[in-house]
Amino acid sequence: MLTASVGDSLLARGMAQMGPMDIHHLGRLLLHAPFNPFVASGIVLLIGFFAAYTTALSWADLTFVMPATAFGYVVIALLGRFWLHEHLSVTRCIGIALIVCAVGFVAGGPSRTEHPQLDAIDAGLGPL
Amino acid sequence: MTITSALSPTLHIWLSIGFVAVLAVCGEVLIAAGMRQLGDLDDIRAVSGLSGAIVAVITNFRFVTGALCMAANFFAMLYALSIANLSLAGPAIAALTYIGNAFAAKLFLREKVDRRRWLATVFVAAGVFLLTR
Repeated sequence: MLTASVGDSLLARGMAQMGPMDIHHLGRLLLHAPFNPFVASGIVLLIGFFAAYTTALSWADLTFVMPATAFGYVVIALLGRFWLHEHLSVTRCIGIALIVCAVGFVAGGPSRTEHPQLDAIDAGLGPL
Repeated sequence: MTITSALSPTLHIWLSIGFVAVLAVCGEVLIAAGMRQLGDLDDIRAVSGLSGAIVAVITNFRFVTGALCMAANFFAMLYALSIANLSLAGPAIAALTYIGNAFAAKLFLREKVDRRRWLATVFVAAGVFLLTR
């Protein structure tokens, strides 16, 4: 959760440093963006997130994992408030409350629902 | 006159945001399908070790296709962030991706998205939208 949110923030900062990109110069984007320290750090953190995320998907449903990982947004907002002393508006507090409720909803249910039909397909017993 | 210059800036931004969200949904659904096909990675690691688990993952066709979609999503997101403010692109992409994933999981992964999970998805989309504005 933390790696995804911090990684996205680093990417945003790195891309802001690089300035606007034109769609006809995507080569410049591909060649130069990964060498920006902020973009590179963001990529490393997002790779860590991806490994943890795929592992979770091997034993849980996508509709369980997605809302659960959204709790990272709350962590970042609280870090900003108590570590960076940023202002936390009422709107953001409502956003935090909604995400906490959402995580509570999915955490109270099963992590995985049964998929007999697709499990049979995955086992090679039927067409995709 | 190029296609991008013919579009209004607002439409250009929203098309970019929509494209990023579609790539994210495709990638996540394909990766989830691939990981479900493989089964619990902890079980694979217990039998074949970490290298065996990595090989199993990176040789799964669905996973690789999904990862390619996510790679395309990554560069599309960089492009979107270069033309749109993070305060707009961030919440819009996140909200569209959460809602799109719930529909795609129900349609393609046939997950049983009950009322609890629909509520969670809508709450997260709304919460992220409010939090990042």
